Amino acid sequence: MNKNWWKALAVLILTYVILQGMLGVVPRQPILNESIRNVYFHVPLWFGMITLLLTSAIYSIRYLRNGRFDDDVVAVEFANTGILFGILGCATGSIWANFTWGEPWPNDPKLNSVAIAMLMYMAYMILRGSFDDEQRRARISAVYNIFAFAVFIPLIFIVPRLTDSLHPGNGGNPAFGKYDMDNRLRMVFYPAIIGFTLLGVWITQLRVRYRRIKAALDE
Amino acid sequence: MVESVRQMGALMRKEFLLEWRQRYALNGMLLYIVSAVFVCYLSFNARRGQLTPIVWNTLFWIILLFTAINAIAKSFVQERASRQLYYYTLASPQQIILSKILYNTLLMLVLAFLGFGVYAFVLGNPVGDMPLYLLTLVLGAIGFASSLTLVSGIASKAENPATLMAVMSFPIILPLLLTLLKIAKNALDGLDRSVSWSEIGTVLAIDAIVLTVSWLLFPFLWRS
Repeated sequence: MNKNWWKALAVLILTYVILQGMLGVVPRQPILNESIRNVYFHVPLWFGMITLLLTSAIYSIRYLRNGRFDDDVVAVEFANTGILFGILGCATGSIWANFTWGEPWPNDPKLNSVAIAMLMYMAYMILRGSFDDEQRRARISAVYNIFAFAVFIPLIFIVPRLTDSLHPGNGGNPAFGKYDMDNRLRMVFYPAIIGFTLLGVWITQLRVRYRRIKAALDE
Repeated sequence: MVESVRQMGALMRKEFLLEWRQRYALNGMLLYIVSAVFVCYLSFNARRGQLTPIVWNTLFWIILLFTAINAIAKSFVQERASRQLYYYTLASPQQIILSKILYNTLLMLVLAFLGFGVYAFVLGNPVGDMPLYLLTLVLGAIGFASSLTLVSGIASKAENPATLMAVMSFPIILPLLLTLLKIAKNALDGLDRSVSWSEIGTVLAIDAIVLTVSWLLFPFLWRS
């Protein structure tokens, strides 16, 4: 039981976040109005995605260093959950953009960067599918995974900052931290990041176990 | 150090000889970019100077992107596996990847300058700041070569190299391409050069990241 405390924590935090998101008091902002509640869901999903993809890259590096097959399974499942979070982040962002910016997919560098990142990780999945030999698949896709993550970082953090963006903190717009975030928002926002990341780890853990059992049954 | 440089020189020489002996491949690439430019010229059915600068610039870089992917895709497929094994017994994997990247950079430089010449010849040349535009071509050649060489190495190991090469390289190359487009557009409009410094810095940073990662990862790739 004591090994599962973080799952209980994830459930507690997410219950708190959902309740606060639906019912809690939020600051009034022009244009944003009530849609500011989405900051509890949309933004933590991105933080979660970046953490999951980073973990995936770390497991790929571990695989290349010691060649343990299990590390590769963990890496691919973290990438899968990362893609899931990315798609959910896009969906929540689309809803938000539709109400505040007037269209579901404004031509904004951050959105496009994330779409490119999703393409990159989908290419990773296709690459995995194109090998029959498991050793080769694991090794070569690990190489691509690390390479993709190395390009993903400038894509997400540098390119959007060079161009104008509708997002806060880019292209002269103030960051959340400066004006919009007050302490009440932070009380929910920071736990939400932890909660969603834990949820991602949990999903990944279940998928990894499923794969391990399947591999054991096949043998 | 001297020894390693000498070995890389030998590897580069091998690449050139190989290319020269299979001249049809090189000529094929040259013809590819020239005909791609011509297809675009005829498709737009534009007289000189009719395209708006944005279309002119973007079209050129898209042509260059496709040429780069096609040209670099063959850098590992060209030689048989047994021969590659032989090279690996002679030189370290780092030397091999670096010499491939260097060679591909030179190839891309030739293709980029030829492509630009033909493109400017048929579609007109609205570039305001020529030295900066040429510098962008050089930066682009280095960037394309360094990011695509490792991808081509990865794709060559898989079942369906041609499709995988395209699928994997488009997203990888996009940050670089977007930044290059921005610099090229600045050069096209003849803006003051200080506007472009930060973008040039970004391109160099991306190149540095990609080169380092290729250098680190290639030893793991060739072993399989």
